[in-house]
Amino acid sequence: MSSDEHPLVLGIETSCDETGVGLVRGCGLLSDEVASSVDEHARFGGVVPEVASRAHLEAMTPTVRRAVGGPDLIPDDVAKRLRDVDAIAVTAGPGLAGALLVGISAAKAYALALDVPLYGVNHLVGHVAVDQLEHGPLPKPCVALLVSGGHTSLLYVGDLATDVRLLGDTVDDAAGEAYDKVARLLGLGYPGGPPIDRAAREGDPTAIHFPRGKWGDGSLDFSFSGLKTAVARWVEDGQRDGRAPSVPDIAVAFQESVVDVLTRKAVDACVSHGVGHLVISGGVAANSRLRELAGQRCEAAGVELRVPSPRLCTDNGAMIAALGAEVAAAGLPPSPLDLAADTSLPVERPLAT
Amino acid sequence: MLLLAFDTATPAVTIAVCELDGDGARVRAETSSVDARRHGELLTPGIREVTREAGVTLAELTHIAVGIGPGPYTGLRVGLATGHALAEALDVPCHGVATLDALAFASRRDAPFIAASDARRKEVFWARYEDARTRTGEIAVDRPADVVTSGLPVIGHGAAMYGDVFGQPPEADEPLYPTAAALGEVAVRRLAEGRELPDARPVYLRRPDAALPGAPKKVRQ
Repeated sequence: MSSDEHPLVLGIETSCDETGVGLVRGCGLLSDEVASSVDEHARFGGVVPEVASRAHLEAMTPTVRRAVGGPDLIPDDVAKRLRDVDAIAVTAGPGLAGALLVGISAAKAYALALDVPLYGVNHLVGHVAVDQLEHGPLPKPCVALLVSGGHTSLLYVGDLATDVRLLGDTVDDAAGEAYDKVARLLGLGYPGGPPIDRAAREGDPTAIHFPRGKWGDGSLDFSFSGLKTAVARWVEDGQRDGRAPSVPDIAVAFQESVVDVLTRKAVDACVSHGVGHLVISGGVAANSRLRELAGQRCEAAGVELRVPSPRLCTDNGAMIAALGAEVAAAGLPPSPLDLAADTSLPVERPLAT
Repeated sequence: MLLLAFDTATPAVTIAVCELDGDGARVRAETSSVDARRHGELLTPGIREVTREAGVTLAELTHIAVGIGPGPYTGLRVGLATGHALAEALDVPCHGVATLDALAFASRRDAPFIAASDARRKEVFWARYEDARTRTGEIAVDRPADVVTSGLPVIGHGAAMYGDVFGQPPEADEPLYPTAAALGEVAVRRLAEGRELPDARPVYLRRPDAALPGAPKKVRQ
């Protein structure tokens, strides 16, 4: 799919704490550069919007430079390589307003200077589109489970560019947010996903049972706030009774509760919509237990599972370029140069206008 | 020298194309609008319009000059991100000009004064000027009551917002906002004189607002 018939798309992502720039042609990934400000947020226990926005501005052009040819290119060569770009795609939303605006401003300037179309695209749909770069064109339709620090959504994807529907969403915390909050309760680091995943491997999965939010309520929605409170109660009760809580046991019980509901509802969505393919993406898709349990349940239900490699699951520019390529291929009109950031861009709108 | 200038560090979005003319600068085209919430929407279309009006293509530009603030941060970054990307794609240098210097220059004053812009949170960014072209100190951020005016007139949006504190008639505040024409002229003159311009990096003057988390809240009463 890397023929020259497909436009070369430069994708820019700045919706949260990752400055991502990728180059994509069709389903072919040509480069993917990310600068993260995650370390600057760690001591605050979450992303600080102003810190993220400052870091995006610092990282924007250096990351573009790396994506088009490496940090040692002389400016003249950067400009030359940029002239090969056929379209600019940028995250228009959802995300943090100030962070989005850095990427959108840069993207517009590149589009104007290079005289190429601008596509403001949906961050969430980008997480689904990125799988094409690794596993080829997505079957139509498919169901997608997006799990990250900011989102937990189930989508029906008839077509990446033109037909995306929201099947279910978290009613409170995102799954990744629950990981961060529980990690803090347990004195583990930020972000919480990797240390909880590691600790859980040492835990006894039968020792504790935490509740499953919105379990069997007939919806495809999620809830993780009650689970977080249940963990906090367990920890406080332990302190009151003078027993040291077992971090691995709590971690494994918490993680089982999260991935049990996520995978069950994702497979339910596939079955109830008669869809044979499930894509799981977003930062939490890097979680080993989620991948394992999803694999087992999909196999049992006869659903084919696609999970991008962890590097592509987290926020990056290639996913935005991948969706930009889809939108361009669908012949949709480019976004106007007065495109605004839309912090709550609905997932039904893959392209912002 | 054909220079594109813009500033987004105040409620105004202002854009101009300037060129060297003798030992000064000539403004080929300019536009300004005041809308504190739409910098990101207005800037790039404005650049397209102003260059068109000036009869130049972007490829003909030789320099970019952008306001580096200080000013409300989200708007400020719109200008800088745009400047950096344009400069990279066009392979031209991008220089910085302090936003208050452009405001001061736009005033054309020849006697000492203070320039002040809104810094939000009931504060102003301010600096002291000998005349329109000469700043005599560092830019600071303070509550209006803490600005040492020494009886000098205070110009700019920051003065207009706190007229009661500065105790001067409204017409003394003009101009309220910097213009890209003035910013471009500052840049063209300094470049022509071989003087350095600041890097095109944001001047924030404040650390990000972020509180370290306390202990987790108790869930048991």
